Parts: sequence; structure tokens; C-alpha cells
Amino acid sequence: MRKKLWIFLALFLVIPVLLGTVSCAKKTVTKEEPAPVMAPAPAPPPPPVEDKAAKAFDMEKSEFQNDNIYFAFDKSNLDDMAQATLKKKAEFLKTYPNVYTTIEGHCDDRGTPEYNLALGERRAESAKSFLVDLGIEAYRISTVSYGEERPVCTEQTEACWAKNRRGVFVIN
Amino acid sequence: MIKRSGPTLRMATVFVILLLPAAVFGQYDYIDISNPFSRKIPMAIPAFAALNSDGTDPALLKKATDIITNSLDFTGFFNMIDRGAYLLEPGNPVITTDQINFRNWTTIGSELLVTGGLSQTGSLVDIELRLFDTLTGKRLLGKRYHGTVNDVRPIILRFCNEVILQLTGKRGIFDSKIAFVSNGSGNKEIFICDFDGSNPVPFTRHGTISLSPAWSSDGKWIAYTTYVNKKPDIFIHRTEGSEQVTVEEKGINITPSWVPGQFTLSATMSFAGNQEIYLLTGSGKIIKKITNNWASDLSPSWAPDAKLMAFVSNRTGAPQIYIQDIKTGQVERLTFEGNYNTQPSWSPTGDRIAYTSMVGSRNDIFTIDLKRRQPLQLTQETGNNESPSWSPDGSLIAFSSTREGPSRIYVMTAFGADQRRLLTMSGEQSSPNWSPNLNKY
Repeated sequence: MRKKLWIFLALFLVIPVLLGTVSCAKKTVTKEEPAPVMAPAPAPPPPPVEDKAAKAFDMEKSEFQNDNIYFAFDKSNLDDMAQATLKKKAEFLKTYPNVYTTIEGHCDDRGTPEYNLALGERRAESAKSFLVDLGIEAYRISTVSYGEERPVCTEQTEACWAKNRRGVFVIN
Repeated sequence: MIKRSGPTLRMATVFVILLLPAAVFGQYDYIDISNPFSRKIPMAIPAFAALNSDGTDPALLKKATDIITNSLDFTGFFNMIDRGAYLLEPGNPVITTDQINFRNWTTIGSELLVTGGLSQTGSLVDIELRLFDTLTGKRLLGKRYHGTVNDVRPIILRFCNEVILQLTGKRGIFDSKIAFVSNGSGNKEIFICDFDGSNPVPFTRHGTISLSPAWSSDGKWIAYTTYVNKKPDIFIHRTEGSEQVTVEEKGINITPSWVPGQFTLSATMSFAGNQEIYLLTGSGKIIKKITNNWASDLSPSWAPDAKLMAFVSNRTGAPQIYIQDIKTGQVERLTFEGNYNTQPSWSPTGDRIAYTSMVGSRNDIFTIDLKRRQPLQLTQETGNNESPSWSPDGSLIAFSSTREGPSRIYVMTAFGADQRRLLTMSGEQSSPNWSPNLNKY
């Protein structure tokens, strides 16, 4: 892709130069002509269609991966906000049918580690079944529970606990 | 992969000789470990005497004295009388019945007396150890041991086991070990230390998250949860040797717990969609499903007779502890106070279950007796206290606590007394699991 572009550009630049020199040679030299390179500035090649699409994918992908869903303490049900986020994720997964994802279920560190491993799985599974209900193929979604083992915040405050009670979407 | 503390295996070379015919002693009920109000017995342990005039390293005498004092003190059964109070007569070693003036000991309040003598010849040692009842002036135990200087700790721990058997009717805990989780390396790995926190050695080196170690009831295997396969699976690993089997079904494979007296394991698995407790062979093959409920069922812990199993379920909406009769399948709820009761640990004496209950946003250790069903709070106002695990005789509970900041392993008596830190290591420690008696000494 890159290579082709370079060749394309090179031809754009070289051909007018060649043409210029040829025409100059035929004429008698009367006055200095502006450097041919400066002459008709070659229009930049139109960006390929795939490039635009790739950019859009990158943006949507990072949104998909960065937009977590959040849960209440000791709960795995999806509130309105989590459902709205999941609907966006379903759109993304429908647009890009080759994308496979893993949903990570996480918990805050109150409670105990073993129960939180179970809770993390229930959180990830409840997000998965919501997406499956929206028509995403189950085989494209796997789940893993990290319980309270991977906190993003370690203070003992509700604000921090809330950040940790999350579902994270990773593209495989 | 597995390291063992050195001297234990050499115990085979230690000869034990009973000193003199055993004194005629009846049933000595000095200590009732099931009594929450039992008094600590005042005990004196004078410094070990050198039994040969030269060749015995004074540092070895001090080491031996420290080992026996710290080990017996660890049990919580004794009140160690300060050595400064001893009425010692200068001169020859005073370690035998005929040499001891028992009034010197009863005067300072001592009811039990332990004497030790040691003679060293190069790398070989002879150790004499005796236990006396100072009130009756009778020798309750007398032993002579022979070994190398490296055997001093195992020899003394062996004698301590005899002392506890003599006074309580049950073997001591001195040959037990504690497995726990430590993240000092940057990853959570399983470690093993001696009963008193000494000699911690890594058991796993997976470089990922490893959790929930559980000793088999013969002490030969440890099952644990690990993310080696990037998801929680159960590895069952021989404690001495490299034999290992894995339980890596789809979903979670967590909370391994062995069935007492059997090479059988129970664990929570979700491959069938629901989080249920299954029974597995020690080699990881599923035998059958034990629980059957839409909710999460996890953290099995077995009664010593293996007829009942305690576990955690959130079938009422929040986690509570339940007991299932294995034969009939009947389930009854055990805990009713609090909205978050987890981590049941059935006492080896069978009559109590320790567990963790959320109080405010923190956790505390409780026990509940199975007859009266009364919860008893053992920790309070001291950070997060979690993961209770009983010593093999049921007299002590190991647990983790954040009372000093980072999570560390602590030990207390079965009724919450004498709470102290077990060991200090880099990183944080959690999830202690006490081994059965390993019958090494």
C-alpha cells in the first residue's frame, strides 16, 4: 500500500520535470522559466477509501475498549447506563462482524476474593447475554472474571470502589 | 519448583530414647482447648544447660532455649514467666528431679517447668528435655535425643508435640505448615511457612495471579486457583515433587477444598452455565455435582466426618453460609446476622465454623457454634480481617488483616485472644491455609 503510494507520487513529480526539460531543449533559450517543479503543484492523491474506514474503525474500536460498564455493589444486573453502553457496543460488533471480544468482570475489594471471583463472572456473563439478546453471535464473545484482583483504583472510598466494579471490553 | 526446609527430612537420623521408665501419671487434664475461659498455665523454661564442660557452643544453647520457649508460647496455652524472676542457684546444671528445688518454682507462681540440657561434640548433639509439674514435683515427660546441630529445631519441636499431647490429650501443631498468598514478587504466588511463620518458601512461580491454597487432608497435595491459562483454573500440586494435575473447564474453576480423610476435592465450577460446587477426584476428574441452585454456590468447607459441607450461596440475594447434608442433599441456612457472610472454615473439632462477615465496609472474623448457632466476633476495629483457617488441633486460627496497613498473616486463639502477626515479608500476604499435622516430628 505504502510502496504504491510512493511510486504514484514519484511519477507525479518526475513526469512534469521530464516534460519540461524536453520542451526546453526544443526552444531556444530566451528567458528563465520558473523551475518546473514549482509549476503545476500536483494535487495530493485522494486518500484511499480504506484509509478513511480504518480511521473510523480505530476510533470506534478505542471507544469500544475504553467505555466500561459499571455495577452496583454485589450486583450483576445492568442499569440504564450500562444498557445504553452495551447497545453501542452491539452496534460496533454488528458493523464489524470479524471482531471477537472478551468481557472482563471486575469487583471492588470489599467483600472477599473468592466471592468476588464468582461475582465478576456473573457481571461479565450478564453483559454477554445482553449482547447476545441484541443479536450478537455468542461465539464472538468470551468472558473472564478477575474478581478484585485487577483494581484501577486503590483508595477506600465509594468513588474508587465504583470505578472498580466494572465490565471491560477487550478486542481479541 | 518446591523447596522444603532442610532439617525435617533428616529426622530419620534422630534417635529417641525414653529417659528412665516413664513416671506413673494418670489422666492429666491440664488444658481443655475447647474451653474459651481456660486459664493460661504459668510455665518456666530456664536457659538450656551445657551437659559437657567444653565443646558446647553457647550460641547453640541460646538458640535451643529460644526455640522451645517461642514454640510453646505460640500455642497460647501458657503464661511464660519472665526469666528475671527465676530463683536460680549457681553451680551445676539443675535439670533432673533430684536436682530441682520445686519450691523455687512454685514460689514464683510456676506450675509447669521445662528443663533442657545439651552437649555438643563437633557437629553432633545430645539433648535432654523434661517436663515437670512443680506443684506435685513429678516429672511428666523425659526424653533424650541424639542428632546433628541441624536437628536442634526438629528435635525440640518433636518434644513440644509430646508436651502438648501430655497436657491436652492431642498432638501439638509443631509439625504443621501454613500456605498463603504473597505478592512480594509483583505477582500473587503461593508460599509455605512453618506453623510459627518461620522458613517461608515459594511454592509456585507462575508469574501470574495464584490464589486460595488448600492442603489435602494427608498434607501431600495443595490445590489452588491460578490464572496460568489467563482464567481461573485449579491446579493440584504435590507438596514434595512435581506431580501436578489441572482442572481447566470452561468458565471459573475456584475455591478448591478437600474432603477430610479422602483423596477427594470439592470446588466451584461454571462450565455448565451455573456456578455450582462439584465433587472431584484428587486427580481432577468430576465425580458429581453437589449443589443445585440458580444462585452462586462456592467456598465449600467440610465437617471432619465429611457428612456435612458448609458453603456460601447468594440464593437469598446476598452471600450467606449454608450447610448441606451430603447424603440427603438437604440444605439449611446457618448465618442470619449481617448481609455478607463468606469464607466458612469448619473447625477440625467439628463444633464451630469460622467465617468472615462484613461489618460496615470492612470484614471481621466470626465463629458460630453449631449447637446454639450463636455468632461470636473475634476481630473488631482493626482494618480488614479475612480468610480464617484453623490449626490442625482447632486451638488457633490464622487469618489475614490490614490492621498495620498492608495485608499480613496473623494468628489468634480459637476465641480471639493473643492476636499477633505470623511473619513479615515484602509485599502483601493473604489467604492463609493451615495444613494438617504432617507427622514429621
